[in-house]
Amino acid sequence: MSLISTLARLEAVESGRAQPLATVRHRHLSPRPLVFVPLTTAGEAGAPLGALVGTDRESPRLLAVAQPRDRELRFAFLAELAETLLPYLDGYADDVEPAERNETDPETGKRVKVEVELCADAPQLIVPSRPGVDFVRLLGRSMRFRRTAEQDPDSPYPAPPRVPLLGRWLTHYGERARVPGSSLLLAMTDLLGRHWATGQSHLEDKHLGALLAWIAPPEGASGAEAALRAEVERDRGGQLVCPPAGPATDPAFDNKLLAPAMELYDRARQALAAAEDGAAADEQLARLTSAEREIRALLRGVLRPTWDAVWDGIDLVRELPEGPHVADRWTRDRWSFTGHRDRVRAGEPPQPRRDDAVSAAQKLAARETAQAQLEAQEALDDPLVLAGRRLAGEAFVGVVTDVVMAWSESKRPSPRPLLTVRTDDGPHLGVGVKAYRSLDGKPQCAEFVRYEEDGAIVLRLLDRMGRSRDPAEGSVPEAGESVAWTLFEHEQRGGPKLPEPEDTPWTHGGPPRTDAAESADAVTPEDLL
Amino acid sequence: MSTSLDSGPLPQAPATALRQRLAELRGPSAAPHPLDARALAALAANPGCKRRALLDGAGVDKAALARALGSPATFGQSQFAFMRGNAFEARVKADGGTELLRLLGVADPHGAVVPDLTAAGPEGRAARTALALREATGAGAWTLLDHPMLALEVAGSPAYLEPDAVVVHPDGRWTVVEIKSFPMVDGSADASKVGAAARQAAVYVLALERVAALTKDASVDHSVLLVCPKDFSNLPTASAVDVRKQLSVTRRQLARLTRVEEIASALPDGVCFDVESCSSGELASAVESVPSTYAPECLSACELAFHCRERARTAGAVESLGRAVRGELGGLTGVAEVLSAARGEWGDPADPTVAALRRAARLRAEALGAGALGTQAPGTAAREDAVAGRGTA
Amino acid sequence: MTGTVIPLFDPASEAARATAAILEDTLHGDARGVVVDSPPGAGKSTLVVRAALELASAGRPLMVVAQTNAQVDDLVLRLAEKEPELPVGRLHSNDADPYDKALDGLPNVRKSAKAGELDGLDVVISTAAKWAHVKGVDPWRHAIVDEAYQMRSDALLAVAGLFERALFVGDPGQLDPFSVVGAEQWAGLSYDPSASAVSTLLAHNPELPQHRLPVSWRLPASAAPLVSGAFYPYTPFRSGTGAGDRRLAFGVPSDGSGPDRVLDEAAESGWGLLELPARHTPRTDPEAVRAVALVVRRLLDRGGASVSERSPDPVPLTADRLAVGTAHRDQAAAVRAALAELGVAGVTVDTANRLQGREFDVTVVLHPLSGRPDATAFHLETGRLCVLASRHRQACVVVCRAGVSELLDEHPSTEPVQLGVTVKFPDGWEANHAVLSHLEEHRVVWAP
Repeated sequence: MSLISTLARLEAVESGRAQPLATVRHRHLSPRPLVFVPLTTAGEAGAPLGALVGTDRESPRLLAVAQPRDRELRFAFLAELAETLLPYLDGYADDVEPAERNETDPETGKRVKVEVELCADAPQLIVPSRPGVDFVRLLGRSMRFRRTAEQDPDSPYPAPPRVPLLGRWLTHYGERARVPGSSLLLAMTDLLGRHWATGQSHLEDKHLGALLAWIAPPEGASGAEAALRAEVERDRGGQLVCPPAGPATDPAFDNKLLAPAMELYDRARQALAAAEDGAAADEQLARLTSAEREIRALLRGVLRPTWDAVWDGIDLVRELPEGPHVADRWTRDRWSFTGHRDRVRAGEPPQPRRDDAVSAAQKLAARETAQAQLEAQEALDDPLVLAGRRLAGEAFVGVVTDVVMAWSESKRPSPRPLLTVRTDDGPHLGVGVKAYRSLDGKPQCAEFVRYEEDGAIVLRLLDRMGRSRDPAEGSVPEAGESVAWTLFEHEQRGGPKLPEPEDTPWTHGGPPRTDAAESADAVTPEDLL
Repeated sequence: MSTSLDSGPLPQAPATALRQRLAELRGPSAAPHPLDARALAALAANPGCKRRALLDGAGVDKAALARALGSPATFGQSQFAFMRGNAFEARVKADGGTELLRLLGVADPHGAVVPDLTAAGPEGRAARTALALREATGAGAWTLLDHPMLALEVAGSPAYLEPDAVVVHPDGRWTVVEIKSFPMVDGSADASKVGAAARQAAVYVLALERVAALTKDASVDHSVLLVCPKDFSNLPTASAVDVRKQLSVTRRQLARLTRVEEIASALPDGVCFDVESCSSGELASAVESVPSTYAPECLSACELAFHCRERARTAGAVESLGRAVRGELGGLTGVAEVLSAARGEWGDPADPTVAALRRAARLRAEALGAGALGTQAPGTAAREDAVAGRGTA
Repeated sequence: MTGTVIPLFDPASEAARATAAILEDTLHGDARGVVVDSPPGAGKSTLVVRAALELASAGRPLMVVAQTNAQVDDLVLRLAEKEPELPVGRLHSNDADPYDKALDGLPNVRKSAKAGELDGLDVVISTAAKWAHVKGVDPWRHAIVDEAYQMRSDALLAVAGLFERALFVGDPGQLDPFSVVGAEQWAGLSYDPSASAVSTLLAHNPELPQHRLPVSWRLPASAAPLVSGAFYPYTPFRSGTGAGDRRLAFGVPSDGSGPDRVLDEAAESGWGLLELPARHTPRTDPEAVRAVALVVRRLLDRGGASVSERSPDPVPLTADRLAVGTAHRDQAAAVRAALAELGVAGVTVDTANRLQGREFDVTVVLHPLSGRPDATAFHLETGRLCVLASRHRQACVVVCRAGVSELLDEHPSTEPVQLGVTVKFPDGWEANHAVLSHLEEHRVVWAP
């Protein structure tokens, strides 16, 4: 943790309120995000229990599984989830703008520009916390290899029609969430934690209720008191007043409320199956419906506080002005969405279980580039982030005290003015170290020359001064001007092109097998334990 | 380097004296809270905490103590998870453990021996297990020990440990089997859960090594077999987990527990942790008399954590914000101290910590006052940067 | 930890035997790859140069992949020194000052940013990063990959298509490659892109011949057993020199101060621990930094001279034969400033990362855990301590605050475990403890 954010946390302790870690919003926030608050069944792998989902804070849609160990009911839940999420995703698929993309011509091997579509906006999913992101990924993995009756008429347990498709989309969103600075799928705790420092630890910040309590404590209470209440306060029945943000539930909820309700439901179902005449069946059906309603009410009760918390978080973050580079990163998210839309439309198979060597290396390289870009852009967008880099010696702000014109020694001399810069910062400068400043939004490069005896820094400006012998108007800072320099580059070059997967070298196992298509997961008649 | 646990039982007399002292601390009527493998493995979570070492060493029921102090722990287990765990273990071990042995690579699992390990009391069961291990090792056949009982001396008292299973190979090798109900999806599993399982299994390996040392031709595998549900099914799958690192960590931590004696002797007279006979005020001052090293990680590893957090916060200790916070604060340990140093109200400006804090505070204040950086015009950079993908729109 | 003397061990012939076997496999074997583990100072560069020359003289053009430009330039210089007539290509980047100016003085070294312009030369050398951009050329029959344990698997993926077979050389005990973003999702995969190139190579080609250079020519007899035992527990190596072969002496007697006493201890035993009073400090602990600078100052002032197998006469210990190693850049900067204040110039001061592969007569190390309130994975990383403890030919002085063993004791050990990932040994805790307990035998307690 940098000293500046440590200081912010200490100030939060003292003041009893979270302190800002950013002066602008560093993540894109859709005007119409879809909030997804899922719950899972304790001990089960990817067995959803319920969810609140929707784009309207006032009318979330409740999805519930009355008995998670029943495959049919789980499938029904997933089908309903698909019917909720897919229309939202589809709603962004056809509003496109023309764009160009560089592609390699398969015949000539040359890089050519291709006219393609780019979705004008992309759907954004927001979950309460990081485990929620993991759960999206897990749901995606559990669904994308399922076979529908149409795909495989022999499948003993066919999945509802649109479930595998939703699995592919959730997988894509889950994977995209691993790209630094991406905003297709966000966890509210990450979003808040990026912008505010609380008076508690990072570990405690994982609790959405406690985190919000620090940022916006109720009238008259300190953040610490409110956070403690969010963590531990229970009602007379022993239930948490602020239930966990999921997907895991509180054991006390499972044991005291949910288990008995499920037992009632199971019994009603058995009785209904055993009913011998219409009247008895009607009676049992009524009992079953009421048991199901009870479970739904219980789930709604523990989901609703988290749902509201996520929307409170959205309101808080929306108040911050958007950082200038956020739109650029969102454009990349739009490309990501468009690309997956195209793959689905082209009938490509679902994402494989594990990446091949080339895909893994490509993803890692892309994420490292994204990370470097995010760090640079956040520092350029936000003086508070820049302050952290200044403290770390990776940037400095100084006043230009002198400008001496000089030229390069080539046949056509180009301007290479020497700037003397006075700063109180302590950048890690040395021979050959480059410094960059933003000139009309583009990086201008200088190199470190020497320290003057009084500690001032002499830099030689290297580019963006036009083609003439004399520098273009405004391209050289003037004496008296205050300039922010960074020792990191503002834009990132992509890495080298990797081989095609079919050209994977012997050191990495050779080309991946293509004969074994990904098969569906094994299923057993009894899938409950 | 920390092999003391392997070098035979501790001398008898001091152990008895220590046991006596710990019993006093626990309270005359309280039975020692048994330490299981999970609790022993959890010692590694905060080895510097004397409070935890003493309370665990003395067998104090920390959950009851925390309740009595008014800061109950929030740990609990859902009955759904509990049921599923049991059901999965039963499935793995069904049919004489054939499925389990197949996962170990046994060609003919039906020929394996599954001895009856029932006996009276933990001591009896541990003796019965040791006998079964000896017999199985001599027999040269695959043998599955279902829920054997192992004893390990911890701070002078025996702790009884019950692994899910131990398999004896025909060549005399013993393998610990750990059955967990979290899934292995596409060959990988939650790394923190696997880590916890590995630490727990290492305790069993350590206990088994004590028995193996007394058994001819026996050796204990330093890889354990972790059995989990495969993907989203109820079918078991398994992975060998190398626990050599966890084993040396456990050895270290158990060797440290002998320091409990030192901690106990440093306590003032009359200190007692008996929740039955002491008031909450007495308990609080008893707890306070043992130094602790609270860190937020304790919240998921120790029943007393909420109490210790409360104390740490009241004392204004910077650790309550996380272990990493101290890294750059040098000798400064108090919130108020750090803030006043940062504001220039206190501290020696020649001290690099103080100097860095003041610089940090100045830069932070400047940035918060500045609003936006005047020298930047980044909006255009965003446009420019995106040209590759944006086209003419 | 002290090594027992095996009288029959002749380092020179052991090393020669290992080298011969490596060259045999490289030149005449049929495996596509040969892996050589080289502990600190075991003659890795010599081996690379020799293998390159033999391949070239056998008429087999070859590409060499190193990890940094400094390593590439160093190899070019060494090759030219051994075989000035050999046509060598230095493939470089398009940046300003892409290679060492010293290369301009070598008539048979051609430099270019385009691989095509170096076509046909016996040996072409570049960094992995630059090689990765070379496309559309016929593959080389042979390659040598240097510092292969510091190369990431994805970097090898990008260049492996350029050669048919290769010799991979590196030191498994130094700092592992890392990634600035999470790569957990690929943990356990044989081709995890964030793993080292060698681990991927061997996961897919376990049958490849693996060799080990058994003798460290750099580390003195006082250091090899400790470094070998602490950092290479399963692949031991020995010192090429005996107990009396290297000596360090001072012209000026000790003034009785802490720095002088620790220097005497280090001259005598090869190791010295200057222990300052226990205290939690910031990284740039002024007292410790000043202590490091003072040790260096006294080392120079006392007219140190070293005797080694290289020359029968004592060689004066000059600033260029000394180095200071730290864990962090700001510590290195603070030490540089403190040295400048004491009027010392010309001593290399750098972090472990940047000292990798370098060699000095005497090193002064600021212990990574000195004064820390907490130990982190970074500070416990075995590779970091291994680099710092294995740069010297004569002696190593470690400056540290008391209390590190307690700090180690209190370090939580609750690491996550990824299925399928081979556990790396030694463990950082164990290695740190081994080094510390050895250093304590050479402790000089000093309160400045």
